[in-house]
Amino acid sequence: METTNTLSARDFSSDQEVKWCPGCGDYSILKQMQSVVPELGIAREDIVFISGIGCSSRFPYYMNTYGMHSIHGRAPAIATGLKITNPDLSIWVITGDGDGLSIGGNHLIHLLRRNVDLNVLLFNNQIYGLTKGQYSPTSELGKKTKSSPLGSLDHPFNPLALALGADASFVARSIDRDPKHLREILSASHQHKGTSFIEVYQNCNVFNDGTFLNFTDKKLKDENVLLLEEGQPLVYDQGKKGIRLNGLKPEIVNLEEGASLNDLWIHDSRDATKAYVLSRFFDDSLPRPFGIFYQEDRPCYEDDLLDQIDHAKGVQGEGDLDDLLRGKRSWTVG
Amino acid sequence: MKNTQALKKVTILFAGDSGDGIQLAGSQFANTTALAGNDLSTFPDFPAEIRAPIGTVSGVSGFQINFGSEEIHTPGGRPDVLVALNAAAYRKNFPSLKSAGTIIVDPAGFDKKNLRLAGYDDEENPLLNKPADYQFYEIEVTRLNRDAMKEVEIAPRDRDRSRNMFVLGFIYFLYNRDLEVTLHFLEEKFKHKPDALEANKKALMAGYNYGDTIEAITRFRIEKAKLPAGEYRNVTGNQALALGLIAASKKAGLDLFYGSYPITPASDILHELAARKNYGVKTFQAEDEIAAITSAIGASFGGALGVTGTSGPGMALKTEALGLAMMLELPLVVVNVQRGGPSTGLPTKTEQSDLMQAVYGRNGETPIPVIAASSPSDCFWAAYEGAKYAIEHMTPVIVLSDGYLANSSEPWLFPKAADLAEIKAPFRTEVENYLPYERDEREVREWAIPGQAGLEHRLGGLEKEDKTGNVSYDAENHELMVKTRARKVALVAKDYPETRLLQGAEKADLLVLGWGNTKGAIQVAVAQALVEGLSVAQLHLRYINPLPEDLGAILQRYPHILIPELNDGQLVRIIRDHYLVKADVLDKIQGKPFLAEEILAQIKKVLKDGNH
Ligand SMILES: Cc1ncc(C[n+]2csc(CCOP(=O)(O)OP(=O)(O)O)c2C)c(N)n1
Ligand code: SF4
Repeated sequence: METTNTLSARDFSSDQEVKWCPGCGDYSILKQMQSVVPELGIAREDIVFISGIGCSSRFPYYMNTYGMHSIHGRAPAIATGLKITNPDLSIWVITGDGDGLSIGGNHLIHLLRRNVDLNVLLFNNQIYGLTKGQYSPTSELGKKTKSSPLGSLDHPFNPLALALGADASFVARSIDRDPKHLREILSASHQHKGTSFIEVYQNCNVFNDGTFLNFTDKKLKDENVLLLEEGQPLVYDQGKKGIRLNGLKPEIVNLEEGASLNDLWIHDSRDATKAYVLSRFFDDSLPRPFGIFYQEDRPCYEDDLLDQIDHAKGVQGEGDLDDLLRGKRSWTVG
Repeated sequence: MKNTQALKKVTILFAGDSGDGIQLAGSQFANTTALAGNDLSTFPDFPAEIRAPIGTVSGVSGFQINFGSEEIHTPGGRPDVLVALNAAAYRKNFPSLKSAGTIIVDPAGFDKKNLRLAGYDDEENPLLNKPADYQFYEIEVTRLNRDAMKEVEIAPRDRDRSRNMFVLGFIYFLYNRDLEVTLHFLEEKFKHKPDALEANKKALMAGYNYGDTIEAITRFRIEKAKLPAGEYRNVTGNQALALGLIAASKKAGLDLFYGSYPITPASDILHELAARKNYGVKTFQAEDEIAAITSAIGASFGGALGVTGTSGPGMALKTEALGLAMMLELPLVVVNVQRGGPSTGLPTKTEQSDLMQAVYGRNGETPIPVIAASSPSDCFWAAYEGAKYAIEHMTPVIVLSDGYLANSSEPWLFPKAADLAEIKAPFRTEVENYLPYERDEREVREWAIPGQAGLEHRLGGLEKEDKTGNVSYDAENHELMVKTRARKVALVAKDYPETRLLQGAEKADLLVLGWGNTKGAIQVAVAQALVEGLSVAQLHLRYINPLPEDLGAILQRYPHILIPELNDGQLVRIIRDHYLVKADVLDKIQGKPFLAEEILAQIKKVLKDGNH
C-alpha cells in the first residue's frame, strides 16, 4: 500500500503531454487538483477520474490515478456504476457545460437527486471548446458564435439553480483564476459525503476569451465577486458593500454610508432557501457569489443499496446457487 | 363412468378478456401439467394496453399450452381446444382452431353487449349458429360460479373474479389433473386474504365437480413423457436469463450489476434480479438506456460483471456506449429481448428483426460477439455463455432473446451449480511492467481494477496506442488496432463446441438453418419432412458473431439452404455474405412465432420446385 503523505503534486501528474491551448483555464484547474489530492489523505490507487467528451474531459489522461475518458455526457452514469461497485473509491467526475448540461443533462440531474458519493467538477466556459466555438447551454442570450451568427436564441441554464432544483446535497462555485479558493472548494467537496457539485468558471481563451473578466480583472472583480464564508456576513468590494435580505429579496447596502454589518445576511450553507436566493444572483445587478452555496447531510444511494443487500441476506439468508436454480417447485423424472 | 381417451398430445388455448385472469389460469395449468410428467411448451399472448377496452377483440388475452407424452418443441400450431370466456376471445381465436376441434364457451360472455363489443352484427351470434364439425361445450361458467360463491362471504362485484378458477377446475377434470398444485398456489397467494382464498378454492373445486356431474363427456389421459432423468422445474425465458446471469457471476466470483430501464418485454429480467438481493445482485433502475449501459460499463471497470438488458428501441440508445465498451475492452453483457420493430413497433409481440443491429449496428469497426437463445430454458445457457465470453475475452457480448422466448415457459432439466463451466476472469494484480493494452495469445488484455496500487491507468474511447493504451492518432497504429480488435473477437469462436446437425443426414437436398426462437417449429417441421421421406436436415445457429469456424464446410454440403426468420431476411444476408451459398429466407413478420406447418409447407415447396 502506498502511503499518501509522501506524495506530492508531481506524483499525480501522468506521463502524458498536456494538450490544451496555451493559456487555457483548464491548466490551472489541473494544477490545483494535482496539488490538493496529496493533501486529502486518499491513496492514489483509490482515486478515479471519469470524464465525458470535450476539452475539459481530457483531464483524466493527465492525472496519474485510475481514470476513464468516456463518451459525451455519460460520465455521471459511469461513475454511478463504478461507485456502486466499489464504494471505497474517491471518484471525480469531470465535465463541461456542453457535456454536463446539454447532452448529459439528464444523467447529471439524476445523479444529484440520488446523491451518490461523487464529486462533480463542471468546467463552465460558456462555449463548446472542442468543437471549435459553438454556443453552449450556458452561453448568454444573443451570443454570436459560428452556429449563432445572429445571436443565440437559447435562454441559458443557471447551473447552480439547476443543481439545487435537482436536490444536490453540496453546491459550490469557484473559478480557474483563484487557485486558493479553488483548492479550498475541492477539498471541501471531498469532505462532503454525497454528490458534490462544483461549477468552475473556466476561461476558454481561444473561443470565448474574457467571458468571466468581471470576476478576474483586477479593476472589476472587487465590485463583482462575493466570497461566501460560513457564518460571516455577505460583504464584498473590500468591505465597502454588503447584502441585506428584505424578506427574501436581496438588497445591496453601502457599509460606508451608514449600513451596519449587523443588518447583513449571514451566510448559512445549510439553509436551502437562502441557497436558492443566492443562486439567483445571476445578472449584473448583484455581485456573483463564489463558495459553498449549500450543503446537507443526506443518505447516499450506494450506502442504501448495500444496506438493502445486507438486509436481504439477513432475512433470506445468503443466496445459494443450487437453491436458486431449483426454484420453488421442482420435480424428478426417472 | 365417463369415457377416458388416451392422447399423445394436446394444444389448449385459454382466451378471455385481459381482466379475466387468463394468464394465471394458463400458467397454473402449465405447472400442474409439468408436475404430472408431461413435456410442454407455453405461449402467452396479451394486449399492449394495460387496460384495453373490456370485451373488445383488442383486449383479448390468450395463453396457449402444448403438452404431451412425447417431446414437445413448440407451444403447438393450431390449438385442439379453445376456451373462450367471451365473444371477443372467440372471434379472435376461432379462425386458428384446428378443424373439428373442441370449443368451450361461457354463454354469459355472448350476451348482447359482449357480442356488440366483439364486433358482431346484431343477430349474429356464433352460439346460435355453431360451426359444424366442432365439439361445442356451452358451460354456464358465470352462473355456476355465482352459485358456488353463495357459500362465500364476498362482495357481489368480486364474485365473478374467480371464474378463471372455475374454468381451470373444469379443464383439470377433463384432463385428469390433480388440484394440489393450484390449491397450494392459492394458499400462498391469498395468505393474507382469507375471503379471496376461499372464493378461489371454491371456484376451482366447483369447476372440477361440475365436470364430474355432467353426462356424456369424455375425459382424456396423457401419459408421462419419456424425458431424460433428472430434476426439472418450469422456467420462462426471462427467468432463465436472469438465473444465467446470477449463475455466471457466482461462478466467476464477481458481483453482478444490472443496469436497466424498464421496457417490454425485458422488464421481467430487472424484476427477477431486483428480487435477488440476497445473492448480492445490484440492480440499478437507470434514468434511460444510455445510463443503464454506461453504469454497467462503470461497474465492469470496477471489477463487477456489468450487464444491461433492454429491447429494440433501448438497444438503439445503447449503441454509442457499446462502441465505448468495445474500445475499453471490458466485460459487458447486453441483453436484447427483441420485439416487433421498427421504432416503438409492436411492444408485446415477438420478432427477430434486431439481428443486423446486433451484428453491425455501430459506428466504426466495432465487432461484438452475438449469441442467440433458442428456447425459454436456453436463455439460461445463452446468458451464461455470453457472460463467460465477455469475462474471459474482455469484450461486450450481445445476447439475443425475444418476446416469445421471454414469456413462454417449458420444463427445464436445470444444472447443478458444480457442473457449470468454470469462468476465469483475466485479472491483473502483478504490478511489474503493466501495460493496459498488452494482450495474451487470444488478443485479450488484462483487467486491472481500481484500488490496486501500481496499476493506475487511464482508459477511453479515443484510439489507443498498441500495448500502452495511450491516446494515439498514428495512422498505422489505428489500422493495427482495428485489425487486432477484430481478430480478438474472431478468436472467441475457438471456444465454441463443434457445430452439429439437429436432424437429417450429412448430405441432403435441403438444409433448414435457423437461429433463435424458430428452433422448435423447425424441429417439428423437419421431423415430419423426414417421416415423409424428404431429403432435408436441420441446423440451428447459436453463435452469430463470430460465426463458427466449421460452419462453412457444413453449409457447402447442401445445394440449398432455407432460413426461416421472423424478419424480412437478416440471417440469410449474413450467411450469403460470408459463404456465398444459395440460401433463401422464409420470412414471417406478423409478431407471431412460426407454425411448424408453415415451415413444412415451404420445405415441400422448395424441394418440389427443385430449383436447388
Ligand atoms: C455523441 C457526440 N456528439 C457530439 C460530439 C462532439 N462534441 C465533442 S465535445 C462537444 C462539446 C464540448 O463542450 P463542453 O462540454 O462545454 O466542453 P469544452 O470542450 O468546452 O471543455 C461536442 C458537441 C461528440 N463527441 N459526441
Ligand atoms: S479550445 Fe478553449 S477550452 Fe479548449 S483547450 Fe483551447 S482554450 Fe481550452
